Amino acid sequence: MVWFILLGVLLAGYAVLDGFDLGVGILHLLARTDQDRRLFINAIGPIWDGNEVWLITFGGALFAAFPNAYATIFSGFYVAFMALLFALIFRAVSIEFRSKMTSDVWRQAWDIGFFGSSLLASFLFGVAVGNGMIGIPLNERGVFVGTISDLLNPYALLAGLTVVSMFAMHGAIFLALKIPKGEAHDRIRNWIWHTWGIFLVFYVLGSMYTLVAIPRATANFAEHPWAAVIVILNVLAVANIPRSVFLGRMLEAFVSSCGTIIALVFLFGMALWPNLVAASNHPSYALTIYNAASSPRTLWIMLLIAMIGMPFVLTYTIAVYWTFRGRVELREHSY
Amino acid sequence: MLDVVFLSRLQFALTIMFHYLFPPLTIGMGVVLVYLEGMFLWKREPIYETAARFWTSLYAVSFAVGVATGIVMEFQFGTNWAVYSRFVGDVFGSALAAEGIFAFFLESGFLAVLVFGWDRVTPRFHFFATLMVSLGSIFSAIWIIVANSWQQTPAGHHIATVLREGKPWIVDGVMITRAEVVDFWSVVLNPSTVNRLTHTLIGGFILGSFFVMSISAYYLLRARHEDFARRSFSGGLLFATIASIGALISGDLNGRMIAEHQPAKLAAFEQHFNTGPGNLFFVPGGLSLLLRGDRSAEVIGLDRIRPEYRPPVMVSSLSFRLMVVLGVSFIGLTLFASWRRWRGTLFDTRWLLWVFVFAVVGAFAANELGWVAAEVGRQPWIVHPNIVRDASGRPILDADGFLQYRLEEGLLTRNAVSESVGGGEVLGSIVMFGFIYTLLFLMWIYVLDDKIKKGPKPVHMVDHTTTQSILASAAGRTLKEESMSEAKE
Repeated sequence: MVWFILLGVLLAGYAVLDGFDLGVGILHLLARTDQDRRLFINAIGPIWDGNEVWLITFGGALFAAFPNAYATIFSGFYVAFMALLFALIFRAVSIEFRSKMTSDVWRQAWDIGFFGSSLLASFLFGVAVGNGMIGIPLNERGVFVGTISDLLNPYALLAGLTVVSMFAMHGAIFLALKIPKGEAHDRIRNWIWHTWGIFLVFYVLGSMYTLVAIPRATANFAEHPWAAVIVILNVLAVANIPRSVFLGRMLEAFVSSCGTIIALVFLFGMALWPNLVAASNHPSYALTIYNAASSPRTLWIMLLIAMIGMPFVLTYTIAVYWTFRGRVELREHSY
Repeated sequence: MLDVVFLSRLQFALTIMFHYLFPPLTIGMGVVLVYLEGMFLWKREPIYETAARFWTSLYAVSFAVGVATGIVMEFQFGTNWAVYSRFVGDVFGSALAAEGIFAFFLESGFLAVLVFGWDRVTPRFHFFATLMVSLGSIFSAIWIIVANSWQQTPAGHHIATVLREGKPWIVDGVMITRAEVVDFWSVVLNPSTVNRLTHTLIGGFILGSFFVMSISAYYLLRARHEDFARRSFSGGLLFATIASIGALISGDLNGRMIAEHQPAKLAAFEQHFNTGPGNLFFVPGGLSLLLRGDRSAEVIGLDRIRPEYRPPVMVSSLSFRLMVVLGVSFIGLTLFASWRRWRGTLFDTRWLLWVFVFAVVGAFAANELGWVAAEVGRQPWIVHPNIVRDASGRPILDADGFLQYRLEEGLLTRNAVSESVGGGEVLGSIVMFGFIYTLLFLMWIYVLDDKIKKGPKPVHMVDHTTTQSILASAAGRTLKEESMSEAKE
């Protein structure tokens, strides 16, 4: 139970933090000049690496707390995870390489690489979440028995697109905070409107699809009516984004965007509970927090480790963000 | 039909060996950086900051590649070794998660300060960040070696039957079991952890210092940045000499530990086929002498191991022996160079400097070979079971005269791969990794080469706050010019 929540926290942390730097990557090609593109990359320069650690720790925590779920998800989504690894590494290479030479072709090529890998990674996360919601075929021992085409179902694809649009919006708002005022800044403000609009469409479509296709998703809400508060907060957060952008309160917009993501992760967890991986072929084969968990002793040890470790993590994450506060400047150590 | 086990092992070997080029390098260099920045804070001589800035730039790119390839390792347990993950997740997964929480956040968070923070934070805070990153990489080593050592010499756990609704879970007549933690500290401090950790860290120190010496020697030969290079080389040499001798001592301790807990591995290392006095390389009785202080003492040979549980002899013994040869030559080389340094003739001995330019390749190789020996020597087990012993701790042989293992504890590598993954998929991912790692490697070499060519930039003592504001206003006005002038460099 506690570990289900902690994993949710790690996932939300990852989505909020890496969400904006992946979003920056998705928007990257929209920047017109080389200087703007360098500003984009340097806006996320010092922090994208740290943001990815949330994913690694999520993976490690899943392995430790729910080894069965870890094994099923990672081996079942083999091709997807390999593509994700490819995207994450290729993205790192693109960021590192891009500004090393001045040739236009060189920079253009890595810009496309940065964009493509950010897009692919975001999309794959969405697909993974979507499949988690709708369920995948499992056998009696909880081993994935489907094929890759089972994973590319319409619901998962819709979830993929939703995440892409959400990260793009999140990234645009982040850029609005980090890019110096000027012509580029005005254009970014426009992107927020567009990405918000696209996200809204997917958000509504996704919600309707979930309500219609996955009856079990709403069962937990009937039992816990207080969860409706989160739904309302979620809607309010989404609605508050255009309001605060209109008023020019970018920080507020960013907080709303973070709130949207956190609320969605919460709702995802709420809908999933107590499953970790739903079985689409045979509901009783599902991996739940009970049958996929480690021994109680290990869970306690891990909890102790997390309680010692996480306050430190939060402290220096904040310290590092504080160090790199303010709008971006290009300087000697820049990409 | 493609063999999933073979391909998964191949993929793991390729990705781990590529990954392992970087962690020992950054572990070793981290100590160098802490020393340099500490000296700067203490003595306030600009040469230390110049040196720290230069080595940090090389450190950072190596670190980044290490992180990127490290994600792959963590994912692979689940993607390719799902059966293994289910069996050991309770124990092994905990160590990995602890690594994430304690080490990764520390490293990656403060790395940003290290690289981008020179003009943003005070030297004192920068030193603190360097200390944290270095500490993080050592924490990381600790947890990953705890996990790996548990695979070699499991302890602190029991094999439990997995329950479903309160009853043992049986699928197709097979009872499902897994390893569960009983005593966390016994898992962490299992019989091989301390020895293996020491040896691995020392390996990192050797590599880090040889890396520093290699580049410094190159500058000395080219007569560039000579003051900087001399100091760096001397510091690196002292560190390397101590570490090389330390490696010998910890290697010896490791040998004794392996003889006790994994006799099959030691027998494979030394090609010791028949139980009896053991030879060391070509020295008769040398192995017995080293382990027990008696040339005629009995050492268990491969003849006491069931044929199906014998490790591949050629690969493990070749990699082990090459590592030993390299380790011994590091001692000879560093002692000789230290003597020359003391006599004051080191920097005029050009051939010796040339040897140091290339010796770093040997240091990389020694680190890799050590791991190949350790992991291939563990085969055919992915979790090596303990040996059945009597009350006095002596192994009990079975009716055929073979050592007996606690089979329920062990897991054979060939039984540990994911069931839902096909050979074609693994082959595809190997090709993908081949491509992306080549790219990554080229990037690493390119960036190193670029930074080495540019060399360290002298730092003059200035007040940090003014530099920052000047830089900031200059950056604001002349963005375009700056990027153009940077491009010309």
